Amino acid sequence: MATSALPTTLSDNGAVVERHWQELNLRRRTYTFLGLALLAVALSGSLWFANATNAGKFFDRLPYFFDFVGDLVPRDGAEIGRAMFDLPSPYDDGSLKYNYPEGRMYLTDSIYVPEYFYKMLETLNIAIFSTIFGMFFGFILCFFAARNLMPNPWVRGLARRIMEILRAFPEVVIAGFFLAILSLGPIPAMIAVSIHTVGALGKLFFEVVENADMKPDEGLRAAGGNWFERVWFGIVPQVLPNFMSYFLLRLEINVRASTIIGAVGGGGIGEPLRLSISQGHEAKTLAIIILLFTTIIAVDQFSAWLRRRLVGDQAFQLAQ
Amino acid sequence: MTVNSMMNTAQMDAIAARHPHLLKGSTSKRIRSILLFAGIGLYMIYSWWFFSIGQVLVNANWGIAGTYLADWVSYEVRPDIKIATDGTMQVVYPRYSPLGPDAKPEWVKIETKMVDRTIDVPAAAQQAAPKSSSFSFMAPNAAVGGSAEAGARTETRTEEVVSRATVNFNSTTSIDVIDGKVTATHGGETLLIDLEHSAGVTPEGDLPEWATQKRPGEKITLAFGMTGWADVDKEKVSIHNRFPGWANFIFDTNSPFFNKSLSEVMSLITSSDRLDPSRSNLSLAWNNILYNSEWQHLDVWTKLLQTIVMAFVGTLFASIIAFPLCFLAARNITRNSVLNQVIKRFFDFLRSVDMLIWALFFTRAFGPGPLAGMSAIFFTDTGTLGKLYAEALENIDDKQREGVKSVGATPLTVQRFGVLPQVLPVFASQALYFWESNTRSATIIGAVGAGGIGLKLWEAMRTNSDWENVCYMVILILIVVFIFDSASNFLRSRLMGQKTH
Repeated sequence: MATSALPTTLSDNGAVVERHWQELNLRRRTYTFLGLALLAVALSGSLWFANATNAGKFFDRLPYFFDFVGDLVPRDGAEIGRAMFDLPSPYDDGSLKYNYPEGRMYLTDSIYVPEYFYKMLETLNIAIFSTIFGMFFGFILCFFAARNLMPNPWVRGLARRIMEILRAFPEVVIAGFFLAILSLGPIPAMIAVSIHTVGALGKLFFEVVENADMKPDEGLRAAGGNWFERVWFGIVPQVLPNFMSYFLLRLEINVRASTIIGAVGGGGIGEPLRLSISQGHEAKTLAIIILLFTTIIAVDQFSAWLRRRLVGDQAFQLAQ
Repeated sequence: MTVNSMMNTAQMDAIAARHPHLLKGSTSKRIRSILLFAGIGLYMIYSWWFFSIGQVLVNANWGIAGTYLADWVSYEVRPDIKIATDGTMQVVYPRYSPLGPDAKPEWVKIETKMVDRTIDVPAAAQQAAPKSSSFSFMAPNAAVGGSAEAGARTETRTEEVVSRATVNFNSTTSIDVIDGKVTATHGGETLLIDLEHSAGVTPEGDLPEWATQKRPGEKITLAFGMTGWADVDKEKVSIHNRFPGWANFIFDTNSPFFNKSLSEVMSLITSSDRLDPSRSNLSLAWNNILYNSEWQHLDVWTKLLQTIVMAFVGTLFASIIAFPLCFLAARNITRNSVLNQVIKRFFDFLRSVDMLIWALFFTRAFGPGPLAGMSAIFFTDTGTLGKLYAEALENIDDKQREGVKSVGATPLTVQRFGVLPQVLPVFASQALYFWESNTRSATIIGAVGAGGIGLKLWEAMRTNSDWENVCYMVILILIVVFIFDSASNFLRSRLMGQKTH
């Protein structure tokens, strides 16, 4: 379309430019086509492989795809509320399915916290605690990994490798290992999420530090400041808003991560969710999903609001 | 020169006195930061109490942590030296010993002798004997068999027994068992232990640091650090000799290639004498590697590939679906705020219903396997990518669009030539970033049954005895993550120029 609008008669130089452009265009199209073809081959191969190794085959299972919607319909709408607030159900037949008050966490003889609220609080606490922990150590590590503050390549390389390993090490393995030592509870999940957070935040932090303005640092160096003074007075004030923004972003991610870790035995809301889905307790499942959904949205909105206040629209760039 | 140009304290104080507002922050600001730190401190104390962290850490079984960690990179061989009442011995290896059946390791030295042994024969076995056994057994039975007594009796046999067993852990550590006496040597110290059926286990002299006995007469545990440990009881000395490395990583003990050196294996593979008449030695060897019962290479690789495929297909589909939708969600492209809001809230919904919830649902829908994980990643990431894409679209430079529009292009052409060139590298870069990060999250959702290596990892950890398999899978995962990380970084820096890290 673009070429047809060009004049047909060209000067010699024009013809050379035109021919060169056509060549480049042809080459680019060939590469694009090859890339797409490769992608298509990889995709169809992947799909075939996934289907072949799955327990149920895609087309066999497709008619039953919406069964899970049916699994989610409780006997009446109020059941969800009863499950959420641990109120007794009129359908109570002694089975776990309708026995909501059983999970109450009593604070005093008459005041209780509903089970799922308590579990949600546990998950939130896991996320907040491990994000603070990760922020603390990521903060310490990041200055040793930044090129502009640590001229020694060995120290820098070591700090970066440590963070890479902490980040890439599967969380589920750390959780499983500490589960074996510490016995059941939320602490293995906390350790796993914390360790991952140190690596992830450390990487984001040192990238911020490397992009920092070095003029305050120069000023402090000229006035005879040592390394700690230069970092504390020259760099920290300008990177702190960005650090806080990444901290909040990580908090959002960690709320999700601690839910997932909880589902594999690490305490928190994940475990009751997995159990109630697998046992077919519709009302309980829906209650947990609504709770989780609301919490995640609330945390996201709060963090977005705070980040916008801290660093403006810059906070909404791609988080790495 | 420098000394002169430096300020003295009085001058610095003078400057500070002249510009107090620059050097001292406002009171409210200082109070705010103090409050913030106090809040964080209080929160940490609260969490400490909420999770009773201190108590859990104290009650933890830290001793076993060292053993589990050692299991990642080493293995134990556990022969038992069984000691009969008459002081004769037997060296027994457990059924699934990494040394395979009928092992004779060099570090266990055995002296044998022939003894006449008196064995109690239970009544039941004795009655069965005349029916099944041969005539040689009938003769002694016949001699005493006239009596009607049905109780147990004794019988004498001649058999080979171990009279002395020496286990050499390393050059400074060894255990020697002879005549009901155990001599343990470790790091220059020697401990003599008497084993008696009536008195139990008694050490001669004081116990060295590496030996512990809870009560007199009970078993003594000898801990030799990384080289292993042993339990000395009156009827049995259990040896745990630890070796670095992974046992039987290539061939398991059932394989005909087991315990052969590389050159032997190579010559077997190239020779034409077939070990298994139905196939060549090479295919037999390959098959033995893939179906190694201890390491399950084929299964691990399949699961790992599932994880990779889940992340790849999930992210690809998510970006394909998010691509057209984000044009509808961006308020500067589609000037219909109702439609914008509907699509944006739809993205938020997909994103906020956690990947875990999607994974659990799709596991119910498709059964455990990669289809479930793939769909979970697809649903979550459609939301995330859609949101990011829409934000990228809303931040584009309008001049190019206006330029294309001003020459009379159709609305579709405006998008193609005015918008797409600006955002396509960003879109691709974000998709690549999520592809890489999903490779990591696919490991975790696998553990709830959504396919991939996660479940296999989780199962290996639950037994608490397969830590070497966990280590193997972790190394594979780290390699995959590293490769994908580098590939994604490389492609992104090509797409975006030098801007991304």
